[in-house]
Amino acid sequence: MDLVLQLLFTGIGIGAVYALVALGFVLIFRATNVVNFAQGEFSMVAAYLMVVFAVDLGWPYWLSFLIALAGMALLGVIFNLGVYYPLRHRSFLPVIIATIGASILLANSVLAIYGPQPQVLQGWFETPGIQLGSVYLDSQYLLIIAVTIALVIFNYWFFEHTLLGKKLQATSQDKEMASLLGISVSTMIMITFIYSAVLGGLAGILVAPVLFVSIQMGSTIALKAFAATIIGGFGDVAGAIIGGLALGVIETFGAAYISVPYKDGFAFLVLVAFLIFRPQGIFGERVAEKA
Amino acid sequence: MPASASVIRTKPLMLRHLPYFIASAVLVALAAGMQFDGYILNILMQATTFSIAVFGLTVVLGLCGQINLAQATFFGFGAYAVALGTADLHASYWLCLVAGCVAALIAGAFLGMSTLRLGGHYLAMVTISFQQIVTLVMINAIWLTHGPDGVSNIGRPQLFSNSQSYLAFCVAVAAIVGYIVWHLPDTKLGRAMRAVRDNELAAGVNGVDVFRTKVAAFGICAVLGGLAGGLFAGGFAYISPDQFAFSDSIVFLTMSLLGGVASPIGAAIGTALLILIPEWLRFLKSVPGLYLAIYGLFVILIIRFMPDGIWGFVATAFERWRAKTQAPSAEKALVLKPATVGGDIVLEVRDLSKHFGGLKAVDGVDIAVRRGGVHALIGPNGSGKTTTLNVLSGLYKATSGTILLDGTDITNMPPHRRTAAGLGRTFQNIRLFRSMTALENVEIGAERPGNRMVGQGGAAALTERAMEALTFVGLGHRANELITSFSYGHQRLIEIARALAGNPTLLLLDEPAAGLNSTEKLELHELLKRIAAQGLTILIIDHDMTLVSEAAQHITVLNFGRRIADGESLAVLRHPDVVSAYLGSE
Repeated sequence: MDLVLQLLFTGIGIGAVYALVALGFVLIFRATNVVNFAQGEFSMVAAYLMVVFAVDLGWPYWLSFLIALAGMALLGVIFNLGVYYPLRHRSFLPVIIATIGASILLANSVLAIYGPQPQVLQGWFETPGIQLGSVYLDSQYLLIIAVTIALVIFNYWFFEHTLLGKKLQATSQDKEMASLLGISVSTMIMITFIYSAVLGGLAGILVAPVLFVSIQMGSTIALKAFAATIIGGFGDVAGAIIGGLALGVIETFGAAYISVPYKDGFAFLVLVAFLIFRPQGIFGERVAEKA
Repeated sequence: MPASASVIRTKPLMLRHLPYFIASAVLVALAAGMQFDGYILNILMQATTFSIAVFGLTVVLGLCGQINLAQATFFGFGAYAVALGTADLHASYWLCLVAGCVAALIAGAFLGMSTLRLGGHYLAMVTISFQQIVTLVMINAIWLTHGPDGVSNIGRPQLFSNSQSYLAFCVAVAAIVGYIVWHLPDTKLGRAMRAVRDNELAAGVNGVDVFRTKVAAFGICAVLGGLAGGLFAGGFAYISPDQFAFSDSIVFLTMSLLGGVASPIGAAIGTALLILIPEWLRFLKSVPGLYLAIYGLFVILIIRFMPDGIWGFVATAFERWRAKTQAPSAEKALVLKPATVGGDIVLEVRDLSKHFGGLKAVDGVDIAVRRGGVHALIGPNGSGKTTTLNVLSGLYKATSGTILLDGTDITNMPPHRRTAAGLGRTFQNIRLFRSMTALENVEIGAERPGNRMVGQGGAAALTERAMEALTFVGLGHRANELITSFSYGHQRLIEIARALAGNPTLLLLDEPAAGLNSTEKLELHELLKRIAAQGLTILIIDHDMTLVSEAAQHITVLNFGRRIADGESLAVLRHPDVVSAYLGSE
C-alpha cells in the first residue's frame, strides 16, 4: 500500500509535466490547427538555458529562471516568424514537416554546442523533501504539482475572464470573423506561440532536476504529451491535463511492476489502445469537415 | 480525329520505356564490371539501398499525402530479418529477405489501420512513437537482437557473394522498384492515392475507398523500407540499432523532400545528394549534432522555398510545356446510360433526420425523386439543404431514416460505396484534385466502381470516356491543362464532367450556379438540358430561382429542417408557405 501511494505521488508529479507540455500543444493546435512537433524542444532548450545561467555562470536560481523564460518567449517569436508564419496559408502537412525540421534543428544545435553529456540541474529547494507517514514527498514533485495547479487556474481565468483571452479564443474558433471584428489575427497567433513556448519551457525547467538535462528529454516529453492529448481528446484543455496525469501514473506503475527499460513504451501502448478503441479520447475531439 | 490519346497509349509499354531499361541495364553492368575501391563501393551500396527506402516515401508522402516518420524502423525490420536469419539461424538469404518484407508489411498495415482513419497529426505522432519503441526493443531485447553490439557476419546469396555482383543485384532491384513507383501514378491505385492527397472528401464521393487507399500506400512504403533494409544488411554484413534510429527516418524524409517528393526520380536525386554531400563535408561530422542540425534547417527551407523539391521544380516546367503541346479530343459523343434497376422512383428518402446535438438540421424529411427528371431541393439559408445533400452522399451519418437509391438501401454506406451504387455529385465549393490535369480528374470519375461504360476499365477506355465527358461540357481541347489554369466557371464544368464520366444513376448538383456570371449560368442551363435529355436524373440544390424554375419539373422546399412543400414546380413556387419562407409573411 505504501509503495502504491508512493508511486501514485511520483506518477502525478511526472504526469503534471506531461500535462503542461500537452497544454502547450493544445493551445497552438486550437489557434492554428497545427500540431507543433517542436513543443518538446521548448522544454529541452529552457532546461539548457537554466544549466547555462544557474550552473555554468552560477547566477541566482530565480534570476536564471526569469532569463530562461524570457529566452523562451523570444524563441516563441522566432519560431512563429521562421517556421509557422510563412506557411500559414499552406495545408497542414508542410507545416507539420517544418515543425519537425525545427525540432531536429533545435535538438541538434544544442547537441553541437553542449555535447552529448547529460547535465545536472539542482532543484529549487534546499530541502530534498518531506516524510508524510510512510510516503516520501519529493520537494521538486510537490513544486511541479503546485505550479501545474496554479497554471491550470491561471489558464482558466485568462481565457474565460480577460479580454485578451477571449480574443484568443475568438481567433482560434474563426479567424476570418475575428479579423472582421478588428482583432489582429497575426498578433493573437504570435501571443499563442509565446505563451506555449513559455509553458513548454516552464515544464522543462521544472522537470530538469528530476530527470537529467539531455538532448533527448524534449522528444521524450513531447511524445508523452502528445499521447496525453490523444488520450484526453485532441484539442481539449481539460483532456490534455487529465491525459497527462493518467499517463504519468500508468508509466510509473508500469516501470515499477512490469519493466524499467521499456518504461517509455507504455505511453505508446496506451496510445494505440486508445486509437483503436476510443480514437476521440476521453473528452472527444471536435472534428467535422464541411462539404 | 485519329490522333487521340488512346492511340498514344496503345503503343507497347516495353517499347516506350526501352530507354529506361537500357539505361538500367548499363548501370547494372557498370556496377558489376567496374572495379571500385571499398570506400566508393560502400557509398554506392548505401545510395542504392537507401533510394529504395526513399521510393517508399515517394508513394506514401508524395502520392498519397500521408506522413511516415518511421521509415528507418521498417528499414530496420528488413535489415534485422536478414541479419538474424542468416547469421543466427543460417537460413536462406531469400527467405529472410521475404520474411523482412512481410514483417514490415504487417507492422505497417497495423499502424496504418489503427491510425489512418484519423487526422494526419495522429499518424505523424504514432509513427514517431513506433520508431522510439522499436529502437528500445532493438537495444534492450539482447536475446533477440544482440542489443547495442549489433549483428555481424550477415550472409548474402551464393549467387552474389562478391561485393560487386551484390551491388549489381541491388542496382537491378532499385531499377525495377523505381520503374514501378514511376508508373504507379498512372494506375488505378496511383490515381486514387493522388485523389486522396488532393481532396479526401471529393475522392470519397467519386468512388475512391479513402481508408483502403491510404493503408495500401502505407503498406507499400513499409514493404519498400523492409526490402531496402534487407538489401542493406547483406551489403554491409554488419548492422547495429543506431542505424535505424529516428534521426535516420528524418534523413530519409529529407532525401525525399529535397529531391522532390512526388517522383522516384526526385527520390533518387535527393538520396544521391544527401549521401554525397555529407561525404564531401566530412568535417561537419566531427561536431556531433551539427550535421543533423543542418538537415533540420534544410527541411524548413525546402518546405518554405522549394516545396516540390529539385525534380518537382523541373517537372512542373515540363508539365506546363506538355499541356500546351497536346490536346486530344474525343471521337464519340458522351453517352449517358443510367442504370434502371428499381421502379419509377430513383431516389427515395424516408423520414430522414440529421441532428447536431440539440440542433435538428434535418428533421423527418421525405423526398421522392422521379426517374429521368430534374428535381430541385430549395429553401432559404439554413434550411438544411446542404446538410441533406451531405447525408445523401454519406459525408454525414443520418440520425434516422432511410435512403433508397434505385432500390438499394444506401443509408449506412460510406461515400465511396454509395458512389459505386450509382450516386454522382458536385460540390458547392469546388473540390477538384488540384495537382492534376482536367483529364486526370475526370478519369478518376470514370473509374467509378460499377461504371459499365468503360468495359473492363482499361487505360484506353478510361481516357476515352473522360475525353468524351470533357468534350460534352465543352472543355475537351484543354484536357491536359492543370486544374489551376481554369477559370472558376470552367472548374465547375470539370466537376460536372467528372461526375458524368462515371455514368451515375443519379446526379446531385450542389449549388452549381453559385459564383457564375450570367453567361455562364445560361451555359449551365443548356448543359443541364442536354444531360436531362439523355435520361439522367438530376437532383439540384440552388438559390437561383430562375435556374430552378426553368430547369426543374419537380420541387421540394425545406425550411428549418422540415419539408414545407413538395410538388410540380409552378404550383410549389406559388405555395403561400414557400412565399412566406422566402419573403416573410405580412
